[in-house]
Order: sequence, then structure tokens, then C-alpha cells
Amino acid sequence: MSCKVRIPAPLRRYTGDAAELHLDAATVGDLVKTIEAGHPGFAAKVLDDKGQLRRFINIYVNQEDIRFAGGLGTPLKDGDEVSIIPAIAGGDTSPAAPVDSPAWGR
Amino acid sequence: MSYVRGLRCRECGATYPVSPVSICPECFGPLEVDYNYDAMRQAISRFSIESGPATMWRYRSFLPIDGDRVIDLGTGFTPLIKADRLGKELGLKRLYVKNDAVNPTYSFKDRVVSVAVSKALEFGFDTVACASTGNLANSVAAHAARAGLKCYIFIPSDLELGKVLGTMIYEPNVITVRGSYDEVNRLSSEVADRYGWAFVNINLRTFYSEGSKTLAYETAEQLGWTLPGQYVSPIAGGSVLTKIAKGFGELLRLGLVQGREPKVFGAQATGCAPVARAFKSGADVITPVKPNTIAKSLAIGSPADGEYAIATVKRAGGYIDDVSDEEIVQGMRLLARTEGVFTETAGGVTVATLAKLAREGRLDPEEVTVVYITGNGLKTMEAVEGSLGQAPGAIAPKFEEFEGRIRALAVAPA
Repeated sequence: MSCKVRIPAPLRRYTGDAAELHLDAATVGDLVKTIEAGHPGFAAKVLDDKGQLRRFINIYVNQEDIRFAGGLGTPLKDGDEVSIIPAIAGGDTSPAAPVDSPAWGR
Repeated sequence: MSYVRGLRCRECGATYPVSPVSICPECFGPLEVDYNYDAMRQAISRFSIESGPATMWRYRSFLPIDGDRVIDLGTGFTPLIKADRLGKELGLKRLYVKNDAVNPTYSFKDRVVSVAVSKALEFGFDTVACASTGNLANSVAAHAARAGLKCYIFIPSDLELGKVLGTMIYEPNVITVRGSYDEVNRLSSEVADRYGWAFVNINLRTFYSEGSKTLAYETAEQLGWTLPGQYVSPIAGGSVLTKIAKGFGELLRLGLVQGREPKVFGAQATGCAPVARAFKSGADVITPVKPNTIAKSLAIGSPADGEYAIATVKRAGGYIDDVSDEEIVQGMRLLARTEGVFTETAGGVTVATLAKLAREGRLDPEEVTVVYITGNGLKTMEAVEGSLGQAPGAIAPKFEEFEGRIRALAVAPA
């Protein structure tokens, strides 16, 4: 029993450059812990201080966003495909604001 | 030469040299362009801008382009129309329509793509690509053709015919995907991760999104170097609304205009309103939705810049609202009937939201108001097909038949 996990480029330095891992886990949360056990540093990049999925990370199980399923508790079964994909935002709202506001454009 | 110093992570502040990367390798936050505003303030004047071409490239100094070759189909410097008839219907005394439906591929996307494809050439890519709800597909395919680059376009399979044909005419490689835009986008992110292509709205997004700032520069220049008091912009991914705000902010910072930051109003379709919903409920975090609306160009259920759009509206003052599919069609018809501008469904969303905001007293009727029309109605004819009724049958080429028709029209209910 195992799931295929796709690792995005920015996380591959934690997986010895592997773009794909094959692992057993009962849930997505367990999967992150399992990867962390073999590849220290990985979990801190995917989860925040409270153990929640980071805002700029999306995880999909068989193409379905886990936010639509059970979040990190989403169950996994043999043959599932898990994709970890950084969200792509343009960012950069900052400026506007008062003229010469020190808050932006440094 | 540009005024770019490098890239900086919006979340953690880490800095990087200019490269085709849009997310921070440390925290995955979005990277933004870091400009040398002090140097810009010295070099850029109203006169230097006015001496430039009558396209968006008169604002080249504000854009992150260093190469010699710019791929320009003649985008931008689109009409800013004083909309007195629409304003009268809505009770807004100083209303303007920024008509970006008349760009080379008939949407505002030419602004972002012109920057992104120029940047792709500068980086030495031989292939450009995008995930698109249609307008971006048209624009990327056209700019790739002009640049002589290979091109891959990823689109959902339910797009309007006009947007599909309007892409295929440029002969890109079209990958049609059974799924929603969000699914197309996810697939494209995975492809971008493995293939060395310039995905304009993925790995070039940092540069691409800067193109939308030119909407603000043009508006201010066309208003005689003044700022509007308030503007209404559609929200799909949330980028254009925030970049318009950024553009006005830069003009203020560089001393090219005086005054206050305009209030910012966002428009969504009720069938895909994750940003409006989060805004109204006071949430800072967006809950993704599965879109179901005729406004397909705004049907992004997981909006990348949605949280930044909310932050912008909160900072500047304003509101985010949404309108039904029926109101969208009415909005398209209202703009056409009063101002002679035929916009696509996204413009229907924006006009209908403008009307709703005016009706509910959220807009100041005395202020200069700008409504951004971002796409052309010829691309989404399906949306109005049902609502306009049948064209009356043909008459014989006889004067009597004409007079009979005139009499029939005169008694017909308006």
C-alpha cells in the first residue's frame, strides 16, 4: 500500500532532489510527518507554527484540493496521487498609501 | 534599462536577483519587483511620459523590462470615455469608462502579456505558455506569434467559442483540459515545475502582473494628471484590482499627481464570489469555491491574489460586491445601450456591480468614478443571445412593407 507524492521544485532540496516519493500514510497529515521523518526540515516548509497548512501551499489528493475534503485529515488509500503545489500569487498590494510612507518602496 | 533592483519576497522580505521565479524559495510567498523609486523620481516627469508612444509602453520606466526588444501589438492608451448617460441612470455625476475592450486581442490581458512575453525573450526562453479562461489565451497566442516563440495554451474545455477560435487563429499548441480553470491552473503549475517554459502567469507572474499598473497611469494622465476619487474593478484572481491601486500609489509617490489614494471597489459574479464573500464576512482568508457563472473569465474559485485584493480595499476604503448572472447580462446591455460599448460578461459584472454600489449609496455621486471594462462583448456572444429576443423577420424591399413595420414598432411595447 503506497501513495505517489509529487514534490515541487522549491521543496526538492529537502528530498534529496527527488521529484516523486512513494510512501504509506493514513492521512495527508501523517504523510507530511512520514516525509519529515526521512527528510528533516520538510514539514516546517509545508506547515505553519500551529501545524496548519501554510497559506501559500496547496495539497491535492487525486486532483482534489484537500481544503474541499478533510484538510490534513483527508484519508489516503493505496494508489492515491498527492500533489504539493505552491500557490502562485502576484502579491504586491503594498504601495499606494500616503506619499512617502515608509511602509513601501524601500 | 529599467529601475529594477531585484526581487523581494512580500511575506518574509528575502531578496533575490532578477530571475524567472515568482515564489520565494524560503517561505513560498510571492516575489515582487523591487524598484529604485528615488532614481525614478529624478528621471520621470509628465513630459517624459507624454513624449512616449501612444501605447502602454509610454510607461516603460515603470515596468520591469531590461531587454532591447519589446513585443508590442499596440496595446494600451485605450479610451477613457466620459459616461454621462450611464452616469445619469446611476446617479453618478462624474463617471468615466476605461474601455480596455479595444486592445489588440480585445482585453486588458494584452497589458500583462506584452510585459511577460518581452521578459520571456529577455530571459532567453523559446516557449511561452499559460493557463487561461480565454482572454489570456488569445493574448499569449498573439504575442507569441509576433515574437516568433513556441506557444502552449492550457484552457478548460467549456470555453466560449469566440475565445477558442480567437486563440487557435494564431496557431499555438492548445491543450484543452476537462475541468475547471482552477484544475487547469493546477495542472499548469505541475507542467511549469517540470518543463522549462515561460508560463506567463506562473513563473513569470511577478513581471506579468506589473503590466496592469498601466491601467492606473493611463487613467490619471487621461484625467489631466489627476486621480479619480473611486474606481470599480472586476476581481478574478484579484491581481488587476491590486495592481491598479499600486499604479495610482506609485504616481503619488513619484510626485506625478497630487491628492489621495482612490477608494477601491471590487466586482464578482455571485456564482463565483470567494473574495466578496470573505470580504463581507470579515475574513482575511479566502475559502475556495467551485464556480458556476456565465462570467467565465472571472470564474476562478481559488483566487491567488484574493487576500491581497481584500487588504487593498480595506486599506484604501471601499467595498467588494457580487451580482447574479441575470444582473450580469443586464449590465452588459446597460453599458451598450447608454454608452455604445459592448463588453463581455466580466464587464457586465463590473457595470452591474457599479449599479448596485450606486443604488446602495456606497459610491460618492460627486466624486470622479472610473469603471474598468476589461474585455470585449464579441468574445461572449452566447451570454446575450437568449436575452435580446429574436431579430424581427425580414420585409420585402417595398416601401409599403417598411411603413407597415414602422407602424408595428410604434405600437409595440417598448
